[in-house]
Amino acid sequence: MKILVCISHVPDTTSKINFTDNDTKFDTNGVQFVINPNDEFGLTRAMWFKEKQGASVDVVTVGSKETEPTIRKALAIGADQAIRVDTEPKDGFQVAKELAKVAKDGNYDLIIAGRESIDYNGGMVPGMLAKLIGANFINTCVSLEIEGDKATAIREIDGGKETLTSSLPLVIGGQKGLVEESDLKIPNMRGIMMARKKPLNVVEPVADGLSTEAKKFSKPAPKGDVKLVDAENIDELIDLLHNEAKAI
Amino acid sequence: MSVLVYTESENGKFKKAAFEAASYAKGIAKQLGIETFAISFNAENANDLGTYGVEKAFNLSNENFSKFNAEAYAEVIAEVAKAQDAKVIVLSQSANAKYLAPLLAVHLEAGYASNVVELPNTENGFVVKRTAFTNKAFNETAITTDAKIIGVSSNAYGLHEAETDIQVEDYQTNVVLSEAGVQVQSVDKNKDKVSIADAEIVISGGRGLKGPENWHLVEDLAETLGAATACSKPVSDMGWRPHSEHVGQTGKPVASNLYIAIGISGAIQHLAGINASKVKVVINNDAEAPFFKAADYGIVGDAFEVIPKLTEKLKEFKANNA
Ligand SMILES: Cc1cc2nc3c(=O)[nH]c(=O)nc-3n(C[C@H](O)[C@H](O)[C@H](O)COP(=O)(O)OP(=O)(O)OC[C@H]3O[C@@H](n4cnc5c(N)ncnc54)[C@H](O)[C@@H]3O)c2cc1C
Ligand SMILES: Nc1ncnc2c1ncn2[C@@H]1O[C@H](COP(=O)(O)O)[C@@H](O)[C@H]1O
Repeated sequence: MKILVCISHVPDTTSKINFTDNDTKFDTNGVQFVINPNDEFGLTRAMWFKEKQGASVDVVTVGSKETEPTIRKALAIGADQAIRVDTEPKDGFQVAKELAKVAKDGNYDLIIAGRESIDYNGGMVPGMLAKLIGANFINTCVSLEIEGDKATAIREIDGGKETLTSSLPLVIGGQKGLVEESDLKIPNMRGIMMARKKPLNVVEPVADGLSTEAKKFSKPAPKGDVKLVDAENIDELIDLLHNEAKAI
Repeated sequence: MSVLVYTESENGKFKKAAFEAASYAKGIAKQLGIETFAISFNAENANDLGTYGVEKAFNLSNENFSKFNAEAYAEVIAEVAKAQDAKVIVLSQSANAKYLAPLLAVHLEAGYASNVVELPNTENGFVVKRTAFTNKAFNETAITTDAKIIGVSSNAYGLHEAETDIQVEDYQTNVVLSEAGVQVQSVDKNKDKVSIADAEIVISGGRGLKGPENWHLVEDLAETLGAATACSKPVSDMGWRPHSEHVGQTGKPVASNLYIAIGISGAIQHLAGINASKVKVVINNDAEAPFFKAADYGIVGDAFEVIPKLTEKLKEFKANNA
C-alpha cells in the first residue's frame, strides 16, 4: 500500500496571534510552527499501517523553505520520503490543486489529510483534493482500517458516529481518535539522525490562479470584565442569564 | 441569477441551522436583488422555508437519498445550482455540510469560504468576514470566482423571518448513486441527547470535577436546561468522557448561545474552541483561573456545592417560567 500524508505547517496552539503589514499578514515573529495536530494523528496512523500491514509512507507539504523543519519532523517520526511543493499556500483550492498533482504522480492508495488546519480552519483541502483526483472521500474520520482494497472507517457526525466502507483510492480528513493521544509518535534521536538522510524532494507548483484572497485580519473586540456573582446568591446568576443575557 | 441554499433536514425535519442558512441566503439575495432558492432532500415540509424568505424550494423525495451521501448530495446541489444559475451557494457548518462543501466547490469551480460570520460586503467585489486561527482572529476574504460558496457559522447570523409565498417543486434528479463510492453501513446516534453542534446551551466539565463518577452533576444541569454536555481535553484523554465531547482548538468547536464551564481552568487551547459562544459562564474555585478573563459571568466557588444548588434553582425557574 502506498500512503501519502498531507502535512500543514501551523503555529503552535499556544501562539499569540498578531498581524503585521497593516493587518494583512500573520506575524510569525517568535511563533513556533508545528505539524497540524489533526495531521499528527493521521501520520501516526500511517506509521501503524506501515509497521503492521506493510506500507510506504510519503509526506507532502505545500509551502516555502521555512516549512522544512516541520516536514523533517514527519520524516523523523518515520515517513520514508518527503515532497515539498515550493509555493506559498494562499487558498485551499490552490493547495488542493498542488496536492492533486503530487497525488496523481505518486499513484497512492490512501491519502491522509486532516479535518482542518488550525490556522485558517478552512476544512476544504482534503475534499477538494479527493474530487480533483476522482478518489473517494471520508471526512472527520476517527477510525480507519484497511483490508486489501477496502477501507472501513468511522466518521463523527453531529451527535453520533457513522460507520462507512469505501474502495481505494481514498482520501480522509482525519482527527483525534485515529490513534490514541498516548500513541502519538515523537521523534527520537535515531529518527532525527535518519531523517537527515531521507529524500526531501522539492517540486515546482502547477496551480494557476486563486479562488479566494485573504485580505485584512482583525482581532475580536476585547471582552468587558466578568460579572462575579456570589456563590451564596445563585438567584442573581439566574436573573442575569434570563433578563440581561437573555440566554435562558 | 439566484442564491441557492442547502437546507439540511433530519428525518424529514429541518434543522435550526437550515433556517439560519436560509436567513443568510435571503440576506445576500436582498443585497444583490436576486431570488432565493433552496434545495432539500426528503424534507416533509419544505413550505416552512418560506418563513425565512425562500421563494422556491427544490425538494428531492427519493428513497435512494434517504441516507446522507456527500458525493451524491454535492452532485445534486451542483446540478440545481447550474440549472438555476446560482451565483452564491450557502450552507450551514454542520458536519454534513462541511463534508460536502469542498466537493461542491470542485463541481462548480467555486471559491469556498467557511466559518463566515456576517453578510458579505458586495460594494467592491465580494468580501466575507470569517473566523481564523480558531476564533483568535477574523479574516476578510474576497471570493474572486464567478460562483461562490459560503459556509455560515452556527448562531453567527441568527434567524431572520421574512414571510414569503414559497413554491415547492418536487425535484427529479439525473444523479445516480455510485456503487464504487463511500457506503454508509450503520449510524449510531444518541437520540436522547442534544448534540454539541445543534445545542443552544452547552454545559462543559473539566478536571476540577475530579472523576467520571461526578459527572451526574454536569448531566443533571444539562438535562434541566435541555443542553448538550461537553468536556475539556484532559477529561476525554483520561477516558472520563468520550472523545466526541472534547471541545476546544483540537476538539469540537462550540458556537452555542450559552456555554457554562465547570472546573475548567481556561487554557488558550480550550478558549479558542469555545470563544464563538455568545454568553460564557465560569464556575471555578480559583479566582485566578484564566477563564474568568474570558467569561461574561462567573462564580468563584466549589463546583460540588454550586452545581447542585444551581440545578435546583434552575428547576424552580423553569417550573415558574414554563
Ligand atoms: C496541542 C494542544 C492542544 C490542546 N487542545 C485542547 C483542546 O482542544 N481543548 C481543551 O480543553 N484543552 C486543550 N489542550 C489542553 C489545555 O492546554 C489544558 O491543559 C486543558 O484545557 C486543561 O483542562 P482543565 O481546565 O479541565 O484542567 P485544569 O487545567 O487542571 O483545570 C482544572 C480547573 O478546575 C478548578 N477546580 C478544581 N477543583 C474545583 C472545584 N472543586 N470546584 C470548581 N473548580 C475546581 C481548578 O481551579 C482549575 O482551574 C491542548 C493542549 C495542547 C498542548
Ligand atoms: N499547505 C498544505 N500542505 C499540505 N497539506 C495541507 C496544506 N494545507 C492543508 N493541508 C491538508 O489539508 C488539511 C485541511 O486543511 P484546511 O482545508 O486548510 O483546513 C490539513 O489538515 C492538511 O492535511
